[in-house]
Amino acid sequence: MAKKRLVLTFPPEVVERPVVSLMVKEYDVITNILRAEIHEGEIGRMLVELEGEGKKIKAGVEHLKVMGVQVEEAITDIELDEELCISCGACTAVCLPRALKVQAPDWELGLDKDRCILCGFCVDACPLQLIKVKF
Amino acid sequence: MAKTYQEINQRISRGEAVVLTAEEMTELVKSDGAKKAAARVDVVTTGTFGPMCSSGAFVNFGHSEPPIKMSKVWLNDVPVCADLAAVDVYIGATAMSDTEGMAYGGAHVIQDLIEGKRVKLRSTAYGTDCYPLREIETWVDKDTINQAYLFNPRNSYQNYACATNSSDRTIYTYMGVLLPNFGNATYCSAGQLSPLLNDPLYRTIGLGTRIFLGGAAGYVAWEGTQHKPTVERSPGGTPVGPAASLALIGDLKQMDSRFIRGARFHRYGVSLYVGVGIPIPILDEEMAAYTGVADADIVTSIFDYSQQSRSRDPLGRIDYERLRSGSIKIGEKKVPTAPLSSYKVARRIAQTLKAWITESKFALTEPLQPLPSEGTVLPLDVRTEEGI
Repeated sequence: MAKKRLVLTFPPEVVERPVVSLMVKEYDVITNILRAEIHEGEIGRMLVELEGEGKKIKAGVEHLKVMGVQVEEAITDIELDEELCISCGACTAVCLPRALKVQAPDWELGLDKDRCILCGFCVDACPLQLIKVKF
Repeated sequence: MAKTYQEINQRISRGEAVVLTAEEMTELVKSDGAKKAAARVDVVTTGTFGPMCSSGAFVNFGHSEPPIKMSKVWLNDVPVCADLAAVDVYIGATAMSDTEGMAYGGAHVIQDLIEGKRVKLRSTAYGTDCYPLREIETWVDKDTINQAYLFNPRNSYQNYACATNSSDRTIYTYMGVLLPNFGNATYCSAGQLSPLLNDPLYRTIGLGTRIFLGGAAGYVAWEGTQHKPTVERSPGGTPVGPAASLALIGDLKQMDSRFIRGARFHRYGVSLYVGVGIPIPILDEEMAAYTGVADADIVTSIFDYSQQSRSRDPLGRIDYERLRSGSIKIGEKKVPTAPLSSYKVARRIAQTLKAWITESKFALTEPLQPLPSEGTVLPLDVRTEEGI
C-alpha cells in the first residue's frame, strides 16, 4: 500500500462535479480529505491523502487531471519571514481558508497554521517573496 | 480663526505644535466637530506605503581613472538607463535582472543600496577622446557612490481602483493575483490615512512641499504623471477613483528600508513599495474638515481587470470601510477583499512624521505653486503623421 499527499485545485466549472467520489469508486483509492475549501461557482482547493496500490493511485490521479483538476504534491509546511513582512496583505487575496489575515485593530499579518491547507498559493502572491514552502 | 504657515512653524520650533495623525484627527473631528478641531490642532500627519511602479533613482557614480562615458550599465545584472552624461544613470524600479528575471529588479537594487549592501557595477562604452575607457567592472555601495537620489515620477496616488476578475481564469496583475469568477477583490490605498485624500482639493500640498519619503525628508517636485484632478468627487471632495498624483524627490542615502522595499508581483513584474507621509497644516476649519475624513466617506470604483482595455467600465462603487471589513458584494456575490498597501506601515509613517514635527525636527513648507486643478489625461492612439 502506498500513500500520497496532494493538493487538488478545482476550477469553478469542476467544483460541482463528483470527481473525488468517482475516484474512490472507480479506482479503489482510499481518499482522506484533510482540509478543504470548496464553494459552488468558485475556485476550490483540497488537501487529500490517497492510500492504495501504487498503480491505482496513479490511475486515480490521472482521472482527476482528465476531469480538469490541477494536482500538485502537497507541501508539509509554510514559513513566513515575519521580521521582514510589511503586512501589505497581498497574500491574503489568495488564501481561501483565511489562514492569512490582516485586520483591525493592528493590521498586522497573522498566519493561523491550523487553518492553512498547505496549497502554497501565498508563495507566489507575496510581493516581497518572504513565504517559503517545505516539502 | 485662520492660522498661517509661519505661525504653525513658530509653534513647531518652540515645541508647542499640536500634531495629530490623520486617524486621530478623524476621531477628534467626529467627537468635537471641525471648528473646535481647527482651533486645537496645528498639523495632521498622513502616511501611505503602497507599490508604485513609476519610481526610480538617479545615480552619479563619480569618475573612473581613466574616465568612461558609460553607454550600457548594469547594477547586479539589472540594466539601468545610462543615456545621460558620462557617469549618470537612472535606475528604473521596474527594470528586471538579465539573470534572475522579475525575482530581482531595479527596485531591489534601490533597496540594496539603501541598506548599504555592495552592488556590482558593470558598464561598456564606445570610447571617446575625452572618455577613453571602454569597459569597467567594479563594486559600489551608497557610501562610495557620489550621489544617489530617488526621483519618482508618480507616487502617492489620490485614491485607486478596487480590482476584481470576472473571467474563468486566474489573472496576474499589478493589483495582485485575481481569482476567477469574482473570487476576490484587491484595493490599494491607505484611505483615511492617505495624503491626498486628506487634502482632496490640493490646498496645501503642492510643488516644494516638504514630506516624509522613504524614512527621510523629501519634497514634492512636480505633479505626478497621469495627474488627473478633474474627476467625479464624493460630497467631502475625495475623488471616486484614481485622480491626482505626485512626483517626489529625496536623498536615497538618508533613507531606511523599513519604509522603502523592492517587490515583485508574480507574472507581472517588479515594483517599489514607497513610504510617503505628508504633513497637512490645519490653516482653518475647512482643512480640519478635510482631514477629518473617514474610510466610510471615501468611495472608490470597482473595475474588472480581465477586461484588457485602457478604459474599463466600473462595476460599481464601494467605500473603504466596507473594503476593510474583509468582504464586499459585487452584484449578488459576496467577494473577499484584500489590501495591497500596508496600513500598518502607513500608520507608522504618520506616527513617525508626527514625532519629527512634535520634536521640532521637521518644519512645514508653503507650496511654491499649487498642483494643477484642471486638465485631463491624454490617451495614446495609433495615428499617421498627417492624422495628428
